[in-house]
Amino acid sequence: MRFARESFIVFRRQLRMNLRNPAWVIIGLTQPVLYLLLFGPLLEPMTAQFGAQNAYTFFVPGLLVQLGVFGAFFAGFGLIAEWREGVVEAERVTPAGRTALLVGRLGRDLLQILAQAIVLCALGYALGMRASVTGLVIGVLLTVLLGAACSAASYAVALTTKSEDVMAPILNSVLLPVLLLSGILLPMTLGPVWLQTVSDYMPIKHVVDGVRSSFAGDLASSSVAWGSAWAVVLTGLAVYWGTSTFRKENA
Amino acid sequence: MITTRSLSQTFRTRRGREMVDVEAVRGVDLHVAEGEIVSFLGPNGAGKTTTLRMLTTLLRPTAGTATVAGHDVLTEAVAVRRSIGYVSQSGSTSSVARAGEEVIDHGMLYGISRAQAEQRGRELFDQLALDGLWDRQPKSMSGGQRRRLDIAMGLIHDPRLIFLDEPTTGLDPQARVNLWQHIADLRDRLGATIFLTTHYLDEADALSDRVIVIDNGRIIADDTPERLKQQVSGDLVDLELADVVQVPLAAKHLEVHGQVDTDGRHVRTRLPHAGAVVPALLRDLEAEGITLSHLEIRRPTLDDVFLTLTGRSLREAA
Repeated sequence: MRFARESFIVFRRQLRMNLRNPAWVIIGLTQPVLYLLLFGPLLEPMTAQFGAQNAYTFFVPGLLVQLGVFGAFFAGFGLIAEWREGVVEAERVTPAGRTALLVGRLGRDLLQILAQAIVLCALGYALGMRASVTGLVIGVLLTVLLGAACSAASYAVALTTKSEDVMAPILNSVLLPVLLLSGILLPMTLGPVWLQTVSDYMPIKHVVDGVRSSFAGDLASSSVAWGSAWAVVLTGLAVYWGTSTFRKENA
Repeated sequence: MITTRSLSQTFRTRRGREMVDVEAVRGVDLHVAEGEIVSFLGPNGAGKTTTLRMLTTLLRPTAGTATVAGHDVLTEAVAVRRSIGYVSQSGSTSSVARAGEEVIDHGMLYGISRAQAEQRGRELFDQLALDGLWDRQPKSMSGGQRRRLDIAMGLIHDPRLIFLDEPTTGLDPQARVNLWQHIADLRDRLGATIFLTTHYLDEADALSDRVIVIDNGRIIADDTPERLKQQVSGDLVDLELADVVQVPLAAKHLEVHGQVDTDGRHVRTRLPHAGAVVPALLRDLEAEGITLSHLEIRRPTLDDVFLTLTGRSLREAA
C-alpha cells in the first residue's frame, strides 16, 4: 500500500514533467509512424523470402520491440540530469522505499511504450496487418515487460556512471549487438547457421520471436513461452539491479 | 540530537594504476544537543559533506556509530529520515518543474496528505519570502530564492533536526545575510536543532552557538566562537608609521610584548587585551617622536583560530 502510494507520487511527478514538454510527446508518437511509413514499404517485396504471409504482421512486432528497447535504454539520460539537480538525493533522503523511486519512473516509461505500441498497432492494422486481438495483447505485454527491463538497466547504468559522456558509449556498445543479433528488423533465419547460433545467446531475440509468434497467432508455440520466460527473468534482474543503485551509498 | 562515536569513511579510489584508500573522515566524535545551532567548519575536502551524508543516511559509514534524532543511522535509517530535514549543496528541485508541485510531492513522500503538504508548503513560502513563486519554475528564480526553496523542501515535514550543507555558497552578500536571518528564525521560532557545514568563517561566527572545526577528516576544535577566538593569543595591533625609517625603533618598543612582524611601514603584534595596553604604548611611541599614520586593532577571527590550529589560513586551504 505504502509502496503503491510512493511509486504513484514518483510516477505522477515524472509524467507531469514529460507531458509539459510537447517535444517529448510529439517525437514519441511520430517515431512509430515514421518507421512504418518509411521503412515498411521496403520490406513488402521481400515478404515471401521471410516465409511470411503479410509484411506488416511480420514487421510490426519487430518495430514494437525496437521502440520499446531503444526508448527505454535512453531513459537513464533523464535520470542523470535529475541527479545533477539534486532531485535523486532529495528523494533518497525521504523515508520512501528505494524500489518505489525506481518503479515510479518505470511506470512513466511503460506508459510511453504502451502509447507508442497503440499508435503502431493501429497504423499496422490500417496498412493491412492481420493479427488476433489476443495475440496482439500478449505481444504488447511482452514488449512492455522487456521495456521495463531495459529501462531499469538504463537507470542502473545512469546512477553508476552519473555522466552522459560515459553512458553514451556504453549504451552504443550494448545496443548495436542487440539490434543486429535479435532479429528486430530482419529475421535471423535469413542468415547463415553460425549467425543464427550466435543470436541464440541473445536473450532479446527470444522475446522478439515470442512477440512475432503471438502476433501470428501461434499462442501455444514454444517461442511465446521462451519469450515470456526471458522477458520475466530480464525484468526481475534489471529491477533488482536498478533498485540496488538507488539504495547504494554513493548514488 | 546527534551523537557519533569514531564515525569514519574510507573511499577506495584509483590513483594512476593502483587502488588507494582515501580516509575522508577519520574517527569523528560529535555531540549536538537539542535546540543548538552548530557549524561544521573546515576547508573544502576536509570531510564536512561526507560526515553530513553519513548523518543523513545517504552514505553508509565504514566504521563507527551515529545516533541521529534518537535512531541509529545504520539499523533505523527510515526512522532517521522521517525526523530530519536535509538541504543539500546541489539543490533538490528540477529546474523545469513548478516550485509548489515539487514541494507537495516531496511532502507526500514523507507520508503527508496532499492537502496538508500544500498548506504547510504555502506557509513555508510565506515565511521564507517566496510568496508569489508557487507556480514559478526554479530555473527562473534567483540563487537566493532557489536556496530558500530548497530549505522549504527540507522543512515540509516539520523535522526537529535540520542539516544544511553549505547553505550560502554562491549567494551574493545581501542574500547571504538574508538567509542567515531565516536560518536563525528556524531555531528561534520552531525550536529546531540546526547542523550546518560551511567554509565561511563569518557565517559560522554569525550563526552558531558552537563551532566544530574539521581538517583532514579529524575534528581539531569544538567550542563556542568566543572561546575559540580566546585561544588565539590576543588581538592584532597593526601600526602604520608615517615614516619607514622609524620602523625599527617602533618594533623595538613593541618587542617587549611579544613577537613583532614588520612589513613596509607596518608594524604588527598580538596583544592580549589590546584596548587596555595600547594607550600607554601610544604615549611611549609619541615620546620617542614616532608618528603614526594609521592604527588598527582587530579582535581575533575564526580565520586566526584556524591558522593557530593548523598553521594554515582557511582562505588558502579552501
